[in-house]
Amino acid sequence: MVESKQQWKAWVYLSPALILLLVFTVWPIFNTVRMSLLNGYRGLAAAGGQTFEFGFQNFVKVVQYRQFKDCLVTTLLLCVITVPVSSFLALLIAVCLNSIKPLRRLLQTIFFLPYVTNTIAIGMVFAAMFNIVGNIAGGDPNSTASSIATFGIVNNVIQLFGGKPINWINAGSTYWHNMFVVIFYIVWNALPFKILILLGGLQSVNKQYYEAAKVDGTSRTRVFFRITVPLLSPMIAYVVITGFIGGFKEYSSVVGILGEDMAATGSETPLNTMVGFIYDALENNNQGRASAAALILFGIILLVTLLNLYVSKKKVHY
Amino acid sequence: MADINTMHQKDMAKVTSKQKFVTVLVQVLLYFFLIMVAITVIFPFYWMINSSLKTLDEYRWSVPTLWPTTVMWSNYATAFSTASLGKLFVNTLYVGIISTILSLVITVLTAFAFARLEFKGKNALFAGLLATMMIPGELFTITNYGTVTSLGWLNTFTVLIVPFLVSVFYIYLLRQNFLQIPNELYLAAKVDGTSDIKYLWKIMIPLALPTLISITILKMMGAWNSYIWPRLVTRGETHSLITNGLRNAFTESTGDVNIPVQMAAVALVSLPLFLVFLFLRKYIMKGVSRSGIKG
Repeated sequence: MVESKQQWKAWVYLSPALILLLVFTVWPIFNTVRMSLLNGYRGLAAAGGQTFEFGFQNFVKVVQYRQFKDCLVTTLLLCVITVPVSSFLALLIAVCLNSIKPLRRLLQTIFFLPYVTNTIAIGMVFAAMFNIVGNIAGGDPNSTASSIATFGIVNNVIQLFGGKPINWINAGSTYWHNMFVVIFYIVWNALPFKILILLGGLQSVNKQYYEAAKVDGTSRTRVFFRITVPLLSPMIAYVVITGFIGGFKEYSSVVGILGEDMAATGSETPLNTMVGFIYDALENNNQGRASAAALILFGIILLVTLLNLYVSKKKVHY
Repeated sequence: MADINTMHQKDMAKVTSKQKFVTVLVQVLLYFFLIMVAITVIFPFYWMINSSLKTLDEYRWSVPTLWPTTVMWSNYATAFSTASLGKLFVNTLYVGIISTILSLVITVLTAFAFARLEFKGKNALFAGLLATMMIPGELFTITNYGTVTSLGWLNTFTVLIVPFLVSVFYIYLLRQNFLQIPNELYLAAKVDGTSDIKYLWKIMIPLALPTLISITILKMMGAWNSYIWPRLVTRGETHSLITNGLRNAFTESTGDVNIPVQMAAVALVSLPLFLVFLFLRKYIMKGVSRSGIKG
C-alpha cells in the first residue's frame, strides 16, 4: 500500500524534470544521430517535404571540408598548448600557496578572480591591451595628444624596452600572433579552477609524509616529484581531463578577443574552433553537417577522456 | 663533558642559522613568485578601470598614464546608452531570476524523489541521467534550435529559460546533500502525519541551504554569461541578453572603437559578478570545486 503510493508520488515529483529532459536532452540525442545519417539534411528543406537518403555522406563531407580541418587543427593546438601550460602553472602556484602562511587567503582570493568573469567581456579587455591601431608606418610614437597611433599597454611596454610594436590582433596580424593572445587569455582564465582543485588536494595530504621526508633530509625537488606529485595525481588527472574537455569546446574566448568572425579583420586564417564550425553550419541551416560535426566532436572528447583515464590508471596513485 | 655539550650546541646553532637562511630565502622567492602572478591576474581588471575613466585623447598618449589625469565618469553614461545596457540588464535579470526559481523547484523535487522515495527503476534512471552529462551541449543545441523554432518560441523569453531548466549536475549535487540527512527524520515526520511538501520545506531545504545557494549563484552567473544560445535564438535587443549586447555594440566593423567607453561597458557588466563574488565567495568556490563547469 505504502509502496505503491510512493511509486505514484515519485513519478509526480519527477515529471517536470523528466518531461523537459525528454524534449531537450533525450530526443536531441536520437534526432542528432538521425540528421547526421541523412545525406545533406537541411531543416528547412525537410519542413518543405523533401526526403533525404540514408548514408554517411555528411561525415565524409565534413571530414573532407578544408574549413573543418582548420577548425580541428586550431582546437587541437589550443588544447595541446593550454592544458599542459595551465595545469603546470596551477600546480606550481598551488604548491607555493600551500607553503606560505601570511597573505595566503588574500592571494587565494585574488587567484580565483578570473573565474568570476564574463569570458566575452574580459576577452575585450585583453583585446584592448594587445591592441595596435592607427597609422603605424607614418605615426610618430613619441608625439603625444595629437598622435593618431593608439597602442595597447602591451605594445607600450614592448616599446619601453626598445622593441617594435607587434601587430597582435588587428587587421593584417598573423595566425600565430592571434594564437598567442588567445592562448594567453585561455591560460589566464583556466588557472583559478585548477588552483582551487589542486590546493584543495594539497591541503588534504597527510603531513606525516613531509615530516618523514624532512627527517631524512630529502631535497625540495625530490619531495615535490616523489611525494607531492604522486599524492596529488588524482587531482592532477581530474584537472587535465576537465581541461581537455573544456579545451575541445573552446569558443567564447576566441569570440571575446577576435569578435564574432573569429579572425582578425580581413584575415585569411580565422581561429575558428570545432564548436564554431558547428554553429556556422547550424546558422547556415545545414543541420546534417552540424550534427555530423557534433558527433565527431563527441567522439574525440570521449576518446581523449578514455585515453586520459587509461594513462592515469597506470600513473595515478589512489 | 660540559665542553662537548657546548661544542654540540655551537654546531647546532650553526646548522640552524644556515637552515634559517635557506628557509627565509625560499619564503622570499615564494612570495616574489606569487605576488608576480597576482599582479598578472589583477592587471587586466586594473587596466579596464583605468582605461574606462580616461578621455579618448589621454588613452591615446604614447606613454600611458597609470591613473587618468582627468577622470571621465561620463564614459559610463555613454557606455550605458551606446550599448543600451539598461534594457539588457533588465532582460538578463528577468531571465536569470525566473529560470533560477523554476530550476530550483524542479531540482528540489527531483532530488527529493531520488534521495527519499522508492520506485521501480530508480537506480537505472539516475545512472541514465548522469550519463547525459558526458555529452557536449552543442549536440543538443542543434535539435533544440529546430524544436524551439517549430514551437514558435524564437524571440521570446521562454526560449531563453525553458530549455535549460533541468540540470543533471544540480540534481546530483542536491541528491547527495539530501542523502546525508538521516532517513529517520523523514519516517518520524511521516508518523506525525507531516506531508512531504511540508517536510521538504521545513527540514530538507533548511538543511541543504548552502547547496541551494551555490546552485542559485551558479545559475544566475550562467544567465549573466550566456552568449551562444541567446545569439542563436533572438534578434534585436528586445530579448537580447547582456553579453550579446556588449559584444555587438563594440565591433571594429562599426568604425573606430572608442576604447575607454568600451571598457566602461565591460566594467559595468563585470561589476555585479564582482559584488556577488565579494559577498558569496564561500558558496561559489564550494560549488565550483565540485562541478568543474562554468555557469
